[in-house]
Amino acid sequence: MSDDIRARIEGFIKGHHVMLFMKGTKQFPACGFSNAVVEILKKEAAPFETFNILSDPEMRQALKEYSSWPTFPQLYIDGKFVGGCDIVTEMHQSGELKKELAAARKPVQAAG
Amino acid sequence: MPSPEALQARLLAAFPTARVEVNDLTGTADHFQAVVVAPEFQGKSRIEQHKMVYAALGELMTEGAIHALALTTRAP
Repeated sequence: MSDDIRARIEGFIKGHHVMLFMKGTKQFPACGFSNAVVEILKKEAAPFETFNILSDPEMRQALKEYSSWPTFPQLYIDGKFVGGCDIVTEMHQSGELKKELAAARKPVQAAG
Repeated sequence: MPSPEALQARLLAAFPTARVEVNDLTGTADHFQAVVVAPEFQGKSRIEQHKMVYAALGELMTEGAIHALALTTRAP
């Protein structure tokens, strides 16, 4: 993976509290699994950003390596890989996702 | 395209004492659902458990033979 593309990935996951790499877009998901995660995030009322990996084969390949995860969607919260559709669904049902999202929404306290 | 039995065999090779169920969701041998209950998962996070399953499936996962895998994992 080139440094350029690693920097692009890190720009996305550090620039957004909740970042979803998916097939298709928030408005038009191109896969049932991606759609399921979009719907869950909407239910959680979490602001989130998406990236359509179908539009960018280089990012698609690089993300598989970066996350050590072979499939999409891939959800990141506060720069940390949370999982794919199955894990996100389980976490939504158990309430864990709500906790993670709430923690992500807290403003970062200024140091000092 | 792999059969559910082929996936099951791979998973049992990696997790010999596991309970493994694999279903072909669409009848097209590329969209699967799997449940794996393996003692190897004890103490592992869900992400680690799923990664272990993906590793066991190897090139079936990475080279596109499997388009979708709905996965449930847990320790017995």
